[in-house]
Amino acid sequence: MTDMATGAETPAGLASVEAVTSMLAKSGYIATPEIATAVYLAHHLRKPVLIEGPAGVGKTDLARSVAQGLDQPLIRMQCYEGLDESKALYEWKYGKQLLYTQILKDKIGHLVEDADSLDEALHKLTGFQDIFFSRDFLEPRPLLKAMEQAGGSVLLIDEIDKSDEEFEALLLEVLSDYQVTVPEIGTIAAQVPPLVVLTSNATRELGDALKRRCLHLHIDFPDAELEARIVRTRVPGVSDRLLERLVAFIQAVRGENIRKLPSISETIDWARTLILLHADSLDPALVRSTLNVILKRQSDIAEVAGKVEALLDGGDKAGR
Amino acid sequence: MERTLTRYIRALRSAGAGVSTTEAMDAARTVEVVGWEDRGVLKTALGTVLAKSVEEKAIHEQLFELYFSREAAASAAAEGQPGEGGEPDAGQPGGGEAEPQAGDGEGGEGGDPVEALSALARGENPGQLAMALERAGAAASVDEIRFATQSGYFVRKMMEQMGVEALEARLMEALSRRSAEGDAEAEALMGARSALQKQARAFVEARFEIYGRSAQDAFMNEILAERSFGALGRSDTERMRALVERMAKRLAVRHARRRKVRDRGRLDVRRTLRANAGHDGVPFDIIWKIKRKDRPKIVAFCDVSGSVAQYVRFLLLFLHALKEKVTDLETFAFSAHLADVSRPLETLPFETAMRAIVDEVGSGGTDYGAAFLELDRDFGEVIDRRTTVLVLGDGRSNYSNPRLDVFKQIADQAKRLVWLCPEPATNWGSGDSCLLEYRPFCTLLTHCSTVTDLERALDEILMAYD
Repeated sequence: MTDMATGAETPAGLASVEAVTSMLAKSGYIATPEIATAVYLAHHLRKPVLIEGPAGVGKTDLARSVAQGLDQPLIRMQCYEGLDESKALYEWKYGKQLLYTQILKDKIGHLVEDADSLDEALHKLTGFQDIFFSRDFLEPRPLLKAMEQAGGSVLLIDEIDKSDEEFEALLLEVLSDYQVTVPEIGTIAAQVPPLVVLTSNATRELGDALKRRCLHLHIDFPDAELEARIVRTRVPGVSDRLLERLVAFIQAVRGENIRKLPSISETIDWARTLILLHADSLDPALVRSTLNVILKRQSDIAEVAGKVEALLDGGDKAGR
Repeated sequence: MERTLTRYIRALRSAGAGVSTTEAMDAARTVEVVGWEDRGVLKTALGTVLAKSVEEKAIHEQLFELYFSREAAASAAAEGQPGEGGEPDAGQPGGGEAEPQAGDGEGGEGGDPVEALSALARGENPGQLAMALERAGAAASVDEIRFATQSGYFVRKMMEQMGVEALEARLMEALSRRSAEGDAEAEALMGARSALQKQARAFVEARFEIYGRSAQDAFMNEILAERSFGALGRSDTERMRALVERMAKRLAVRHARRRKVRDRGRLDVRRTLRANAGHDGVPFDIIWKIKRKDRPKIVAFCDVSGSVAQYVRFLLLFLHALKEKVTDLETFAFSAHLADVSRPLETLPFETAMRAIVDEVGSGGTDYGAAFLELDRDFGEVIDRRTTVLVLGDGRSNYSNPRLDVFKQIADQAKRLVWLCPEPATNWGSGDSCLLEYRPFCTLLTHCSTVTDLERALDEILMAYD
């Protein structure tokens, strides 16, 4: 398929939706058709992907796996309240600029020494190349760095919902035109547009302008079959019997009325814990003693601890 | 093909998913990239481009099936039409566009339009019937349907487009002949007419699901939002619940930003020095002091006696839907006496919780004075200077002592005291109402009887924390 959006060459891993799926599988990421389609479209439409969903379902991991699969650098920008352009786009190297002005002060006498009048001295200065605001003194931050990667890159803007609203506005230029404007220098456009992934835990509603510019992907908790596949990929040592029981239990726990539901990362941690404990099946006592791996709130642990037997049984039935 | 897409986008919009022009253009590009062939891929691809939230994804999911299964049927029917195979686009949903064939469809077979229509109604050629329905539907602008009650009108218009008038005239004529032969013909024509009507009705109903359902919902919600809680019927409860949920969500989003107040003029010396240490202490970055705002804390204090119970239900429903925003919420209910009901409301399903609450506090005579006294004595510490105390009640205290002294103390302790009264202002102070006596201590005393009033009041409360 020709690439009408970028005109650039399409990497083999992005040639079709199936190619994306297998590329991600090679990097250890089991993608649903939705995920693979979003990545595929992101490249072909040249649009950023905004991923929303509960914590720990593999939003950040997706970016990492795409970068790995494409063999491109992953440039990560963690968002937080108060993040601004000097941390995200670029900053001037003030120290070097100071040094430069000092050198300039020393040299300036020498430079205008033989000028007779003020006019002539000024004329000489105008001819002098001004490098105070130039690329030499520019410190690229993640967004600019991603624009400058000649071989393409994957730009991960993590937890965009943690940043301020003003920061979203700053992102618009980067996300729609893949360029950064530095007032003193001009516009720096990306040679090869990076594949941009934004993640959000939906702690606040994102602006419409940003959403409109992005493809939207919602990753939810996986179903039992998918979860089992993910855990098997991530924790190769897990036995089939344990895997089946543990995934069934987690799925049952997600149906309970608790505050913080366990996500895939917790399932994986739990599988690792159980392997360390040489467990090859689940019994109520073992589950109770390791509940703190999958549940992070005291009230949730208390709630589930009382129902472990019922949940194990229920999970069993569902598993068979 | 493009028409298929634009009409699908129109359907999405009327279903309440906001699709902008840029997104529509993206959708067109998406289709160019993924093609029409694989419906599954098309569906997920359009989902990422057009639906930008979980709600919108659900709408897309549902509508895509509805819309494209019809599309598929229409195009399959079109392919079955002789002489059209060479022109794949002609039979697409824009069936109404295929004007040149209109003549053939109806008159081509016997030259007699009535005979052709009867043949159509007998379902001898389903493809042709589907085509005729599409055409008539487009001509009658069935896509404009907004209310289920309009379907009769659109069915009739479609029938007229298909030429049912000629059939009816023939029917009348056959009946007026008053012969066995005439009656038999009339019967056949009648059968054809009702078969056609059935087909047209099914067509209109399918369109209503796509284009009208959500418009009707929006209209019903609008009416409901302005209706007094007291006048709500049992059947409205479910819709109301969904409406309250949506309004609460909207409110939470509106107040989601905790605005930092940049206190320009007060330099944060410590942080400025630290930030500029790398620049030799030359202050390139100036950092100002930031004042943080309180998180909202609401103590709701609800009269659940018979006269006000209905109002309380919705206030509590609303408050609990606001949970994301108002994490610090204490709920007290009182009638004969006072009880802390935060726990049952959090753990039990809402209806069960409400019943349990009314059972616990009893529905006897309300005593506001005693309830305030109990609140102050037993739970005084929950009210601090960042708390908004929200009272919901009619202030009718059955002529008991209103205990203004206690009420004043509660008001002084709290950040704000807001009283929502289901009775209109003209009734305040009449009979056993003590509202006018309580009024001087309230930050806000307002009449609140519809969900819109409720939203406005809560908006106002949350505003104090922005």
